[in-house]
Amino acid sequence: MNSKITDYIIEKIIFLCGIIAIVFVVLIFGFLLKEGFAFFKEYGVFNFIFGKYWYPSSNPASYGVFSLIIGSLLVTLGAAIIAVPFGIMTALFIAELAPKGIRDILKSIVELMAAIPSVVLGFVGMVTLVPLVRSILDIPTGLTAFSGSIVLGFMAMPTIVSISEDAIRSVPWQYKEGAFALGATKWQTIRRVVLKAAMPGIIAAVMLGIGRVIGETMAVLMVTGNAAAIPTSIFDPVRTLTATIAAEMGETVRGGLHYRALFGIGLVLFTITFLINFIADLFLNKKK
Amino acid sequence: MVKKKGEIKIQIKDLNLYYSNFHALKNINMDIRANRITALIGPSGCGKSTLLRTLNRINDTIDGVRITGEILINGKNIYGEDMQVDRVRKEVGMVFQRPNPFPLSIYNNIAFGLEINRMVKSSKETAKIVQESLEDVLLWDDLKNNLKMSALNLSLEQQQRLCVARVIAIKPQIILLDEPCSALDPKSTTNLEELMQELKQKYTLVIVTHNMQQAARLSDDTAYMFMGNLIEFNETSIIFTNPSKKETDDYVSGRFG
Repeated sequence: MNSKITDYIIEKIIFLCGIIAIVFVVLIFGFLLKEGFAFFKEYGVFNFIFGKYWYPSSNPASYGVFSLIIGSLLVTLGAAIIAVPFGIMTALFIAELAPKGIRDILKSIVELMAAIPSVVLGFVGMVTLVPLVRSILDIPTGLTAFSGSIVLGFMAMPTIVSISEDAIRSVPWQYKEGAFALGATKWQTIRRVVLKAAMPGIIAAVMLGIGRVIGETMAVLMVTGNAAAIPTSIFDPVRTLTATIAAEMGETVRGGLHYRALFGIGLVLFTITFLINFIADLFLNKKK
Repeated sequence: MVKKKGEIKIQIKDLNLYYSNFHALKNINMDIRANRITALIGPSGCGKSTLLRTLNRINDTIDGVRITGEILINGKNIYGEDMQVDRVRKEVGMVFQRPNPFPLSIYNNIAFGLEINRMVKSSKETAKIVQESLEDVLLWDDLKNNLKMSALNLSLEQQQRLCVARVIAIKPQIILLDEPCSALDPKSTTNLEELMQELKQKYTLVIVTHNMQQAARLSDDTAYMFMGNLIEFNETSIIFTNPSKKETDDYVSGRFG
């Protein structure tokens, strides 16, 4: 009897925890929608998304986030170009080629990388990478989309490496054995069988890595220069969607148009990360 | 031991194999003849699969394996220093216990071996060999309209036939089969056995089986192994009716194992 009551209580507590998590997510989403849509109604979605100028404190104010979207996408694209090939090759090395001792060390290092707080990475980037970029490329400022891409690429690496490595390692040994038995070399086996079989997992890893990058705020705020203008090259300063919210939320009037515009940005970000996670999920499920 | 017809294809000389400290194959000497089916039988753990897997050096892929002695194929030692292991495996194909087609299309499962071994110059040539190989394993009529389908959607019997097709596409001289029917139902097993009888016209077959009836009805020669030793090797009819060693008699008559 006693144990039945315990069972009952524990079951209810677990149920409550689960429900609370869902309720919070729904509430956050609802709040985002409410404030965001209020802004869209007042300012217009088209003007918001495709407006070129983000001048929240001019008179009249202008809330066009096109340059911010371009800024986010440019930094993310740059980070992906750096992190994806490098990450996949690192994963391949760890899963297939490294001797056991080196493999264990590398895995711990990659996990350690994931544990570095982003503000620390941003700070290190600001004092080391930014001056380096400026002097090597001989440009007026090192606070550029390029610097942001490098720092974010570094942040996406651990996700890409560890999930890809799992995917590569879970390729059944029988596939490799089959390839070897047909006279395939190690590299032919990796390229044509292992990578093919692991591809859904690798794509999911890339998507999750990119999802982390696009939502990242602190590091990118510290190294990209935060100029809300459409960049002409990757060596221009840019401002991202996330950095805008972080930098300006403190100065807005609660309930004002600027305040709501920031929620509008939040909604745009949410849509982008939702799409990316959705695609990642599609591939992860395809794997199973 | 055997002094019968058929040229000698594989000569195993003083072969020893160790998994780290475990002595898994002990002084094996054996001559396997061309265009015959040679069965390796014996209780679990006797070394029959290990022996089979030395013939295409697939054991090399396992850590801690050490081998002494020689295996001559057409008179050349495949463990010799100037031997390239991927060349050996092209000549000695293998079909595994569980069908293991690649997670690719049916077509690409066969094209894979052709391309990595640089056996084809054009996609037309590839298509021709894919068709011939599938015809040889009697899959062509069923699958010719679905060549782009993933091989993983096939039935187990079809998958195993595809694995045979993938091997014969690269025209090896020898085909090793490691309990190829153990994942199949009786009907599929019969079908695959018929296929093997066909294949021995062109290839030398070595099969590991835990099924004595299969060895008896399928093979021309049989080797009985126990605890890493080759106990007796002779024509199948002799092994099953009049073996010279008592251990062999005990095993094939079911008193042991």
